[in-house]
Amino acid sequence: MAGIELKSNVPAGELKQKWSDFKGTMNLVAPNNKRRIEVIVVGTGLAGASAAATLGELGYQVKAFTFHDSPRRAHSIAAQGGINAAKNYQNDGDSIYRLFYDTIKGGDYRSREANVYRLAEVSADIIDQCVAQGVPFAREYGGLLANRSFGGVQVSRTFYARGQTGQQLLIGAYQALSRQISTGQVSMYNRHEMLDLVKIDGKARGIITRNLLTGKLEKHAAHCVVLATGGYGNVFYLSTNAMGSNVSAAWRGVRRGALMANPCFTQIHPTCIPVSGEYQSKLTLMSESLRNDGRVWVPKSKEDAIAIREGRKKGNDIAEEDRDYYLERRYPAFGNLVPRDVASRAAKVACDAGNGVAPTGLAVFLDFASAIERYGKAAAHSKNINNPSKAEITKLGKAVVEGKYGNLFEMYEKITGENPYENPMKIYPAVHYTMGGLWVDYNLQTNVPGLFALGEANFSDHGANRLGASALMQGLADGYFVIPYTIGQFLSKEIRTPKISADAPEFAAAEKDVQDRLNQLMSIKGNQSVESFHRRLGKIMWEYCGMSRNAEGLKKGRQMIRELREEFYKDVFIPGDANEFNPELEKATKVADFLELGEVMMCDALDRNESCGGHFREEYKSEEGEAQRNDKDFTYVSAWEWNETQPVLHKEELAFKNVELKTRSYK
Amino acid sequence: MKLTLKIWRQKGADKKGQLESYNVEASEHMSFLEMMDVLNEELISKKEEPVAFEHDCREGICGTCNLVIDGRPHGPQQGTTTCQLHMRHFKDGDTITVEPWRAKAFPVIKDLVVDRSSFDRIIQAGGYVSVNTGQAPDGNAIPIEKDEALSAFDAAACIGCGACVAACPNGSAMLFTSAKVAHLGKLPQGQVEHAARSKSMVDQMDAEGFGNCSNTGACEVECPKEISINNIAMLNRSYLSSIFGSNK
Repeated sequence: MAGIELKSNVPAGELKQKWSDFKGTMNLVAPNNKRRIEVIVVGTGLAGASAAATLGELGYQVKAFTFHDSPRRAHSIAAQGGINAAKNYQNDGDSIYRLFYDTIKGGDYRSREANVYRLAEVSADIIDQCVAQGVPFAREYGGLLANRSFGGVQVSRTFYARGQTGQQLLIGAYQALSRQISTGQVSMYNRHEMLDLVKIDGKARGIITRNLLTGKLEKHAAHCVVLATGGYGNVFYLSTNAMGSNVSAAWRGVRRGALMANPCFTQIHPTCIPVSGEYQSKLTLMSESLRNDGRVWVPKSKEDAIAIREGRKKGNDIAEEDRDYYLERRYPAFGNLVPRDVASRAAKVACDAGNGVAPTGLAVFLDFASAIERYGKAAAHSKNINNPSKAEITKLGKAVVEGKYGNLFEMYEKITGENPYENPMKIYPAVHYTMGGLWVDYNLQTNVPGLFALGEANFSDHGANRLGASALMQGLADGYFVIPYTIGQFLSKEIRTPKISADAPEFAAAEKDVQDRLNQLMSIKGNQSVESFHRRLGKIMWEYCGMSRNAEGLKKGRQMIRELREEFYKDVFIPGDANEFNPELEKATKVADFLELGEVMMCDALDRNESCGGHFREEYKSEEGEAQRNDKDFTYVSAWEWNETQPVLHKEELAFKNVELKTRSYK
Repeated sequence: MKLTLKIWRQKGADKKGQLESYNVEASEHMSFLEMMDVLNEELISKKEEPVAFEHDCREGICGTCNLVIDGRPHGPQQGTTTCQLHMRHFKDGDTITVEPWRAKAFPVIKDLVVDRSSFDRIIQAGGYVSVNTGQAPDGNAIPIEKDEALSAFDAAACIGCGACVAACPNGSAMLFTSAKVAHLGKLPQGQVEHAARSKSMVDQMDAEGFGNCSNTGACEVECPKEISINNIAMLNRSYLSSIFGSNK
């Protein structure tokens, strides 16, 4: 595939006019043709469910697929904090341009201007749509929608539903999807996993799935294929992703010629419950919204830190003057609300210096004592309580904090057995989101014609670091308001294409490839479990391609992955049979794909000789330890073509015409 | 801690199942499912078939995990899904019985895995607001009283796990169905279709083979999201008005 030209297909014109002009002049598909055109949507999270529902409403024949037992389970459901929109309901200076600018800057100038501007533009429509569906967003006493702040911005533009915003938005999309299923506009395939992409004459025309209940392979044909299959954070084994989240659908696209863009851009979220033991299966996020009121600190002295680790002291025993509120100290302008990449690295610096507070030494405090006092005083004042006692203030303050974050505090207590109202929370960064993903153009189409990628599965909007509350925004923007238009750019040329038949030889060939792959895995009959390989891969990724990276480590990590992959294909053990319900086989196909993706991530991180956003190369930092970008040489999107011996890099140069490239400063 | 597990093993939907005993060593910091992972890793190392159970987010929100632990859906801790239940609530030497959801409308697929697609079909029968993308007015066009929005949220917090059905002696899905009816019915956007929605969702619930509600209240006790049975009262009211109401 030498000489792939990556055309972004960004429409001409002024940034602010591009999307509306494009919508006004783009090719359309007439209703009578829509009825004959079939679209496959893989994944039913926010992006997939909203896309499938909306395409169904428009009149396309949609087939939707999920590996879950129900389309309501996708991991979008676990997003806690909120969804951004440039509504400016708070009259605090927000605008489409400001949301666009914050996202570009937050992404450390490694995303495409036109895509991000469009995202900001449609953000307001998303809120309207969700309210109309019955999403119970938080409201003020006057009955209007409430907002809060998130990291990396100085306005309040985040809409939320307690700490369960993702759940409420996903249920909204699931209900819209259910309505289309009931009308027959969408055919829903639960418990079906996509194991291959089928191309005919270079165009994506279908998928091979495995029915997870029976193990039977199935061929599904359509005029085009939309992947909305989420991110690949589980390549690190431990992450905040759900256990089932995986890269396989996207990776099968890569194996059929699509390109993987910026795979090394991984978001490490600063506020997660720390790792407690070797048996641990996943990490749990504590919403970024907590940083609105929680103050992050470690003890100034190592002696105090050691005393806390050994259980001789508690956080509350450390006097105010002996605490280092390091985010407030280092970044006075944004304080505890610096972006995620900055907050995560600062936590690592504090722990690497020996000031961490968990038994493992890998945790910092997130403290609500001052918020409880501040809210308590305000509540006492509004209740006309004069000279309230400290106990009264604390009681009132706790009630306010409970109202805001009650379910998060409860979750923390369930997992750790510690009460965060009494003692500061312990938190540490964990893998949370992947900004990288399938390369797509302005139409969200990959370099394979007819193959589209939405939501976290594509790379397009967040550059090298995603701002909080922007994942839900992007997933729903892509599904409700972008793909329903841009898919027409491809399908308007397909109105004469008859129904695609799954009997075409290309389908049989792809099905055989899948069958061979499954047979190969089943026939290894080695001695080590799939889980053990996955855990080892995760450790390599975290060690060499995690919060900080260097050239030597990346080369070593890549070699280790190659060796692990070889060992996997010699010694993995999968119980049972391929022709039955077999969760271990499902895991094995996913881990096999992660073992290839991991190598490409190492190659990407090694190629990018700069530090930007979540990608921190130890060789490229300022004297103060901040990330140092190299705009002259690296203002491009890396798009990787898979190759067993050496993945091949293709580049899309990024042009910034509407923002000035600056050193990102939150000081 | 050393534990004895009695786990329901069943090869497939049409096969007979039985409880089998296993010994496992766990730490009190593990979640219940991590303890199950340890057991499965041991079984795999002995080249035996691991126990099939469902789980995904492991943070109490996706609604996938579903174990009956010592006779109680999601185990002994109030307001907690199986994945959020930690072993510190058990004692060294305990014997723990682990079974699947048991209800006519949730047939067993394998071991502890059941088929809950009947829930999807109840939602498809009307658990939505009929609004197409792009038709929405401004989000602030209709003010909603803060407490009303919160009360709609409380009903909308249902995760669709099915513990209410597993807890109910009649295998009824009234708590699940009523939570959706209440969530949408309490909001002005959902009011328009409220009565019709109540009827069509209840009809689908009956068609799926779920039992009737006899007010035992077990569903509310076992619901990991503590959904209130007041929602059932609201559903009964709107269901009756959909049949006998003056607008019918």
